[in-house]
Amino acid sequence: MILEYFMLFLLFLMLGLAIYAVETKDLLAAVVAAGFVSLVASIVYLYLQAPDVAMTEAAIGAGLTTLIFIIAIRKTERYEK
Amino acid sequence: MRKWLAVIFLILLGFFMAKITSSFPFGKEKWGVSKHYVDRGIEENRGSNLVTSIVVNYRGFDTLGEVTVLFLAATALAFLLSTCRCRRRYERREASLIVKTASETLYPLLILFGAYIFIHGHLTPGGGFQGGTVIASAVMLMLLAHFTFHPNHRALSTVEGLAGITFVLIGFAGLIWGGSFLANNIIPLGQWNRLFSAGVIPLIYVAVGFKVGSELSGLITDMINTTKEE
Repeated sequence: MILEYFMLFLLFLMLGLAIYAVETKDLLAAVVAAGFVSLVASIVYLYLQAPDVAMTEAAIGAGLTTLIFIIAIRKTERYEK
Repeated sequence: MRKWLAVIFLILLGFFMAKITSSFPFGKEKWGVSKHYVDRGIEENRGSNLVTSIVVNYRGFDTLGEVTVLFLAATALAFLLSTCRCRRRYERREASLIVKTASETLYPLLILFGAYIFIHGHLTPGGGFQGGTVIASAVMLMLLAHFTFHPNHRALSTVEGLAGITFVLIGFAGLIWGGSFLANNIIPLGQWNRLFSAGVIPLIYVAVGFKVGSELSGLITDMINTTKEE
């Protein structure tokens, strides 16, 4: 039961972080929030007994994608106009 | 006005998706092809990770397509970057001693961990894609922490091409000696839950691991190093 409440907390955390990533003007903060969404999603996948998907999500979603976006920000601008 | 239409559309979409998915029996009974996978997959392939058996053997042709799509995307990105006139907006600063030392310590460990993941793809969760990504993130860590770190681009693309050819050749070997493309009966299957088991599955996943790792490493190197020096 307590695990289900924890999952519910994680899902709402994902929702909040996703909304923050869309709304904030600081693109670096948005990218970090989006990476955090992926990290929480991988925990949720682990709870749903899909460790293969959880590993992919953690490695690609939270690791590579975040860093590729950071490289892109370094080549353009940090703040949304 | 358009904003509200979008919100209404999303609510309707969510409502109908929830209605459709709530009528599926989730994880209760299996029928058709999924029942065959669960009941006979381990017997037929001797791989203790059923997901790998499905991804690399039953659905091996799809995985070959996925690898091809990744290759095409990397090629297109390299082409776009070669025509880019990007200038550096922010001055590149030297990384601190802590970051440098930590990245040097972590780099071999991360490479080892990635290799472990794709070599044990048929035994434990994970496989070629996950292991390759871990290796690429190790290369990225080094690239971000050190100015002087330049992976050999020619070697990376050679490894990538050889790994891709290996995958296709294993598939054709199955076609010639086993009866179908990527057939898993050309080499002995071995005993369940051992490192040398599951026939061609570990061979294919090692090839995929090398391919994804070298491809993503090359891609990241391109992305970081295309900025023009002024």
